Amino acid sequence: MKHLPLILLSAILLSACEREDREYRSNPVTAETEEKIALVPLSAGPSGPTEHRSGLGKEYEENAYHIAQGKKFYVWFNCNGCHANGGGGSGPPLMDDRWFYGGQIENIVQTIREGRPNGMPSFRGKIPDDQIWQIAAYVRSMGRNVPKAAAPGRNDDMHSGPAEQRRPPGEVIDGGQVPPAAQMPQ
Amino acid sequence: MGGARLALVLAVSLTLQPASPILAQPTSSQPAAPHFAMGPEDGQWTIPQKNYASTRYSDLSEINIETVKNLQVAFTFSTGVNKGHESAPLVVGGTMYVLSPYPNILYALDLTQPGAPMKWQYNPKPAAAAQGVACCDVVNRGPTFANGRIFFTTLDAHVVAVNAETGEEVWRTKLGDINRGETMTMAPLVVKDKVIVGISGGEYGVRGWIQALNIEDGTSVWKAYSTGPDQDVKIGPNFKPFYDSDKGADLGVTTWPADAWQQGGGTVWGWLSYDPDLNLLYHGTGNPGPWNPNQRPGDNKWTAGIFARDADTGEARWFYQTAPHDLHDWDNINEMILLDLEWEGRPRKVLVHPGRTGFVYVIDRTTGEVLSAKPFHALTAVTGVDMETGRLQVNSEKEPVNNRVIRDICPTAPGAKDWNPSAFSHKTGLLYIPHMNMCMDWESVEPNYIAGTPYLGAEVRMYPGPGGHMGEFTAWDIKEGKELWTINERFPVWSGTLATAGDVVFYGTMDGWFKAVHARTGEVLWQFKTSSGIIGQPTTYRGPDGKQYVAILSGVGGWAGSIVSGDLDPRDGTAALGFVNAMRELKNVTTKGGTLYVFKLP
Ligand code: HEC
Repeated sequence: MKHLPLILLSAILLSACEREDREYRSNPVTAETEEKIALVPLSAGPSGPTEHRSGLGKEYEENAYHIAQGKKFYVWFNCNGCHANGGGGSGPPLMDDRWFYGGQIENIVQTIREGRPNGMPSFRGKIPDDQIWQIAAYVRSMGRNVPKAAAPGRNDDMHSGPAEQRRPPGEVIDGGQVPPAAQMPQ
Repeated sequence: MGGARLALVLAVSLTLQPASPILAQPTSSQPAAPHFAMGPEDGQWTIPQKNYASTRYSDLSEINIETVKNLQVAFTFSTGVNKGHESAPLVVGGTMYVLSPYPNILYALDLTQPGAPMKWQYNPKPAAAAQGVACCDVVNRGPTFANGRIFFTTLDAHVVAVNAETGEEVWRTKLGDINRGETMTMAPLVVKDKVIVGISGGEYGVRGWIQALNIEDGTSVWKAYSTGPDQDVKIGPNFKPFYDSDKGADLGVTTWPADAWQQGGGTVWGWLSYDPDLNLLYHGTGNPGPWNPNQRPGDNKWTAGIFARDADTGEARWFYQTAPHDLHDWDNINEMILLDLEWEGRPRKVLVHPGRTGFVYVIDRTTGEVLSAKPFHALTAVTGVDMETGRLQVNSEKEPVNNRVIRDICPTAPGAKDWNPSAFSHKTGLLYIPHMNMCMDWESVEPNYIAGTPYLGAEVRMYPGPGGHMGEFTAWDIKEGKELWTINERFPVWSGTLATAGDVVFYGTMDGWFKAVHARTGEVLWQFKTSSGIIGQPTTYRGPDGKQYVAILSGVGGWAGSIVSGDLDPRDGTAALGFVNAMRELKNVTTKGGTLYVFKLP
């Protein structure tokens, strides 16, 4: 039995990065990025919700290395036990276009950190922040909400369906009412 | 689909009157229900198993092979819940009790009034987070009634006792922790002054146990684990297993790699039966954890087997392991039907168990000796059961190897049949088995134990077995160990079964048909399309107006149906632990939604 990889990883504590440092490196488990991102398209007043992104999200989800790392951590932290290879299980599908809690990478980072009420565990303090971003970038690739060139190719393991790279560009629809996208031609 | 395959037609049965005295008593050569399951029919259905022998048979016969074609809806009731409805509607006196899946709402319906209006509802408000650690939809397999109270388990691992008249909570006990992946889904069984329950979570590295609670206040009376030292398992001097492989000290520790038994599974989430003459309680134990067997060399006692325990103390009396060192998630929690039969000239008290491994086991329930194990499913992964040692014989070619996809393994992870119970007709002497016809590909990978998350180490994808259909409903001759007839269904048969003295047996399909079948020929005599797929347990009762009714919950889901109830994405064949690969089309034929249907004759 493998032990929790974070034990190893959190032992490798690097010196704190400065906020401006765009070359994002392994962080202590406790350090967190703070992006301002609304969960819903609706806000009080006519101007729409305030959103502020530092650009970090784009860096992660347009980078094949980060996405590949994220794919590995997705399995290490047992996300696949509940979400399978994106099709879902006890947790909802992550490859479809419906997002209960927002489908932008910043929302997904929040979901992983905080957990969600109907059974999504909180991983705050359990996964280093940069790995959370990498996992979130991989989750974005499942519905092909990342550039084709950055999305993973065919699996070495059991073929669960078409590889992320071969999926058509995705969409993000807020809320949980719409049934998942129709089956893709095989 | 639906065409009965008649291996044997009892020509006489077609012309006999339903209440014929010739058929009313089984011939002496037939298996029979024990006396404790044979009392005069009171027209109620107070526990999901119907009786301690778990025959799920009613002596009511107003609905019979002649009249069943006229069945019509008497009333319906929406549970307001969109998850898989596996529970059994109970009837006690003039009240029906219906338990929903999570959030586990208990409804009482007044059968004395037109349309059966709601008397009360009781909402235990289980923790929403429990939904994440329920492996295979947020199901519940039913409430149970005793001493003026309804008892049931909640998804967040509580047991509650509710006043059956008023709906008031009498007591509530927390028995598990969702942060360790512990949930509860089973129907309790009340034996004397104890409520017997067990824990779920075999996919989360939960260490399984069974526990008896004081019926008055819910305090624990005894608790027995499925892994670990003998003392924890309640193995003592009175433990007399039949086979040598179950003899020795602390096998629950020594048949595991160091400490692996602590996350070893063996959860108790299935059916309980009880023999009051022997005072023995029978229960199964679930799959060992993790699924990947290469992580746990050894026989992994006492997972994937059957225990007989003293009902008062919990002390183990015998154990039989249907899947030593389980390779493919073959929990052994399926129903155990207690019968009396003549075996090689000697009367025997037996336990009949259609297992996930693909065999119907006939076991002497006083000793644990396997008398026969005959296949009821297409098999590639196993070849039989050694009658000397009792050991399951496996095909080494289908054994999991890490990081290699092994193909064409039959039966699949949910087994030849899963939790959904068979029924035994006291009249025909036959067992009616709802089951599957499926195969799978399996790849073992190294798992990672993180408490509160799945502990599996396997990628699976399932598909239909030989013939292309995935479900079967089979009438089984227990003594001969062979099927008499089988009805093929497009999707797995995931509903329970009801047998009646009217020689009609009932089951439901995942595409929503509720079917009444001739108990002797398999001819479909009547069917009704309900609003969603059926995975519930049919029951029957005599209403306050003296008429016979049949009840079933419709509402697709469960492991097999979670593609619909969980809105899973059909593009990922490994979704729902590999079931989605086989169930893609279910989305095209049914939608979710829980509704009770109750039928009667005009
Ligand atoms: C124990 C099971 C479980 C594990 C482990 C798990 N999840 Fe979840 N996850 C869920 C459940 C259940 C939900 C739905 C929560 C809700 O609706 O409130 C969910 C929700 C989500 C969502 C939100 C989906 C949406 O529509 O907004 C994302 C994203 C997600 N999980 C990603 C992950 C990632 C990444 C991991 C691994 C780090 C992970 N999950 C681990 C069960 C799990």
